[in-house]
Amino acid sequence: MAEITQTMDSADRPAAPVLHVAPSPHLAHQALTTRRMMLDVVIALVPVVAMALVVFRGYAVKQLVICVLGCLAAEALFTRMRGRTLPLKDCSALVTGIILALSLPGPAPWYVGAIAAFVAIGIGKVLFGGVGMNIFNPAMVGRAFVMIAFASAMAASGYQDAASGVDAVTQATPMDLFKLTGQVTPLGPMFLGLTNGSLGETSALACLVGGIFLCVRRTASWEIPAGILGMVALMAGLAQWADPASGWTVWHHLCGGSLLFGAFFIATDPVSSPLTPKGKAIFGVGVGFFIMLLRLFSGYPEGVMFAVLLMNGITPLINRWCIPKPLGLR
Amino acid sequence: MSDTASPLAARGTFRHGVHPPERKHFSEDAPIEVVPTPPQVLIPLLQHVGAPCVPVVSPKDSVALGDPICKAGGFVSAAMHAPIAGKVLKTGVTTLPNGRHVQAIPIKAEGAQLEGRDLWEEIFGGEWPTTGLERFSPDDIVAAISAAGIVGLGGAAFPTHVKYKPNEQKPIDTVLINGCECEPYLTPDYRVMLEAPRAVVAGALLAGRASGARRIVIGVEDNKPEAARALRDAAGGTGIDVAVLKTKYPQGSEKQLIMALLGRAVPLGGLPLDIGVAVSNVGTAAAMARAVLRGKPMTHRVVAVTGAGVREPKNLLVPIGISYGELLDFCGGLTPEAARIIAGGPMMGFAFANLDAPVTKGTSGLTVLSAADVAKADETACIRCGRCVDVCPMNLVPTKLALASRAKNLELARQYHILACFECGSCAYTCPASLPLVQLIRTGKAQVMAAQRKK
Repeated sequence: MAEITQTMDSADRPAAPVLHVAPSPHLAHQALTTRRMMLDVVIALVPVVAMALVVFRGYAVKQLVICVLGCLAAEALFTRMRGRTLPLKDCSALVTGIILALSLPGPAPWYVGAIAAFVAIGIGKVLFGGVGMNIFNPAMVGRAFVMIAFASAMAASGYQDAASGVDAVTQATPMDLFKLTGQVTPLGPMFLGLTNGSLGETSALACLVGGIFLCVRRTASWEIPAGILGMVALMAGLAQWADPASGWTVWHHLCGGSLLFGAFFIATDPVSSPLTPKGKAIFGVGVGFFIMLLRLFSGYPEGVMFAVLLMNGITPLINRWCIPKPLGLR
Repeated sequence: MSDTASPLAARGTFRHGVHPPERKHFSEDAPIEVVPTPPQVLIPLLQHVGAPCVPVVSPKDSVALGDPICKAGGFVSAAMHAPIAGKVLKTGVTTLPNGRHVQAIPIKAEGAQLEGRDLWEEIFGGEWPTTGLERFSPDDIVAAISAAGIVGLGGAAFPTHVKYKPNEQKPIDTVLINGCECEPYLTPDYRVMLEAPRAVVAGALLAGRASGARRIVIGVEDNKPEAARALRDAAGGTGIDVAVLKTKYPQGSEKQLIMALLGRAVPLGGLPLDIGVAVSNVGTAAAMARAVLRGKPMTHRVVAVTGAGVREPKNLLVPIGISYGELLDFCGGLTPEAARIIAGGPMMGFAFANLDAPVTKGTSGLTVLSAADVAKADETACIRCGRCVDVCPMNLVPTKLALASRAKNLELARQYHILACFECGSCAYTCPASLPLVQLIRTGKAQVMAAQRKK
């Protein structure tokens, strides 16, 4: 049948193959997809997950399995209830699950992670219309819910288990230790991540490696972590200048708590952060400001989660303030 | 290195933009061939921006090559001349690839035709003086351009005499000749720069003389070093600068070219004229030289027939009004992989299916893409990653414009300056969610313009 295409039609022209008509542009950057961006995040999380597994061992495995399975199940369930096709292959629920797990304390009971996962996807994302429509970072919505619902499991005592076989878990977190007793943890272990804390936050080094990868790939916008780190450094510098005797320096603020994890992996969620470079910088500075406000003046030792949620809420406003000036606008 | 550096104060590029695959290799090394005179041509009455032209011939009239068949239908309009010798037939209607239904005059070939080498010699061959052009007054030059029916050959087909008409209020200080050809696949400008650089230079000098500009710059992207070299050789001693620009899409867009070379921004809704600049394509410059120095109208143009869907990609010198199907036939027809036929290039061209449609003055190419070229991932939700914002050469927020357009929120669309979009396609090319951003914005622009007209 190959000869058929060679047959001349009435206009003495080879019979045309099937032709498509579509609006321009007719080329697409085929390597760049939403799924690819989500996989970038997963790749960037590898060093962070690896450090969590090394430091927290079984605790990390438990929370990761519960949160990832919980998020995938919640996504499947809720999208089916809405009668939509299953969007699991875009990997966004996987990312939410990993980030949620890494933001929880290791010893938290299984149902804390499971409930956080269902709230993250159900209330944090699907309720707003699914992927791309949510106002708040889903993982942080889930975490905020369990933080209030299970206050003791998520507070200082929730992080610690003196009877644990895992060294890190037997200590208090550096943030709690300083807030409650004024004791300063040495910077070395904080940078490497050998201290207690939420599973993914302890290693500043791992967060930096993964975060820089994300920024280089332009999957995360560098303006956001730059804004956060800049603002935190500025306010921490002022705090250190005002009270040098405490021993808690700018570097402790930068390496401590979930600052780097939040700056590179949570605040950079594109859906819940502004669109334009200027907006992203404002967003970053705002997150940094509220983190320091909460750290210095609130009863909580850490403020990343609330700062991100707060700025998520202001994002539509920032977008409205930051409509870029087109070329040639006078 | 002075060889590549722009001689001007500006940066030699513009902000944002994309790097689509260039794929010029299909046709860049194919010398321009003259297509044999077709049995019939079809001349649409609207091939340019502005008012349709008005026929000055009647059916059964005999016309020779270059005889006027239409006069301009207003100041912003262009005359049309017979691209072949023959007999005028009854006016009909045709659908151009851009979807416009327009009236068109068919001309049936009759008698002896100027063909092959002779036609080439008349259009691009022979001597092109670059000195002694002072003997033409600006008014003479503009009159000759207007009489020759010249429009911009880069794609938009804006009547050229409008740009160069002396204007007391808005004097022109710089003429830019655009040899960027940033659209992937297309090569006609490249071949003209290589094969007829002196015609381009002569046209540039005449454009400078007509407008009274103090400076003339020819801009070429750095992926066409041979073209830049040929133009430099041809322009030696004329005072024309040949500036090499960074290869980036859409560098060949008028506003981006002016920004890259002069660092000036064309006001929104305005023309380059408003900031003292006139921009013409290299092919247009050659046509201006032909009109002024040889008194010949615009009857032919160079078209690339290219892409993986064409058996023998070529650059062709064709009469206006020849059908796209005849061009394909001359290039060996379609390959079995052919999947999309595009008038123009793949970023801004129009996909169409009616191969009987005629080539117009604004047709720069016929690109046939394969199924693999046009493969596209499924559309997913916008995750507001902002890549469209990072690439938009007009510094817009494409995803917001598309959203506003989808929601028919004209107020929001206006707030985000929807009318500044010139549909270059950088955003849709980049979008990781494969959203039809340009299509949505185009719809929104039409709605906003309709609402403005109603007021």
